Amino acid sequence: MKRWVAVFLLAGWMQLAGAIDTGPAFADPVQQDRYEKIIHDLRCVQCRGQSIADSNVGLAADLRRQVRELMAAGKSDAEIMQYMRDRYGDYVLYNPPLNSSTWLLWAAPLILVGVGAVVAVIVIRRKSKLPEDGDAGEDHGVPAASDTGAP
Amino acid sequence: MWRYLLPVGLFAALVAFFFIGIDRDKETLPSPLIGKPAPQFELTTVHDPDKKVASSAYAGKPYVLNVWATWCVACRQEHKTLLEIASRKEVPIVGLDWKDDRSLAQQWLQQLGNPYAETAFDDEGRVAIDWGVYGAPETFLIGADGKVLFKHIAPMTMEVWERDFLPRINGTGVRTE
Repeated sequence: MKRWVAVFLLAGWMQLAGAIDTGPAFADPVQQDRYEKIIHDLRCVQCRGQSIADSNVGLAADLRRQVRELMAAGKSDAEIMQYMRDRYGDYVLYNPPLNSSTWLLWAAPLILVGVGAVVAVIVIRRKSKLPEDGDAGEDHGVPAASDTGAP
Repeated sequence: MWRYLLPVGLFAALVAFFFIGIDRDKETLPSPLIGKPAPQFELTTVHDPDKKVASSAYAGKPYVLNVWATWCVACRQEHKTLLEIASRKEVPIVGLDWKDDRSLAQQWLQQLGNPYAETAFDDEGRVAIDWGVYGAPETFLIGADGKVLFKHIAPMTMEVWERDFLPRINGTGVRTE
């Protein structure tokens, strides 16, 4: 039984060992990190849901080769990203830039938090005006005594 | 009243949002090359590894660049259309054989007919990257000024040719997209 579990677990490792990127590793670990980061930030436009680091289709391999060559040519990260954008458009970036067609994407969290805050303030204000033991609905709640009390 | 209308209103807005999205084509990526100078290339031809084909030879007149490969099923589908377009002699069609096997490509052209003025052999896919190619078939229209006028991603049909390519070639009824 134990042996079969071991076989099963090792079979899982076989998948991982079948690396997608078959190119040689960089001699310099700093360059290797840079390379890894770049290829994880580029979308495989042929296979959409994956980065070019995760895909083994021909185009992803070609683009990885291109990244290696651009790095070897001394291009900066920004220059490499621009190279890809010039050819495949913003869609190739996993981290979309802020522009007229994507501003809503970036602003949406702030807008939603803002709307939520406004709603929360309104609800809290209303609830705090209800009588302590108030079991009446808030739409027709009785104003608290302190609000209507005569001077 | 409010507290009932608000969720209904939000829901309606969401439905409208998705309804707009449903018709949008998410498969076809817009090319950033439209309106920009076409990338230059020089490659060997499919027929002869010693012979070169260069984009500069087509400068000054409109031409079509068709990306294809023998492994591409949809390319076989559009091949007849390309032959028909070529027979009209409106513009030259330059082929870009993408990541392919040379002898298979030669066989393909011999068996199915050759619609191309010349066919460049891009076995490493470098020229394809410059053109932002992400699948085959893709068909580009390059204007007399050397700029990319249009890109069609999918098999070519006569309908597409007459609707999207011809008006742009003739310089009439050019629509901006």
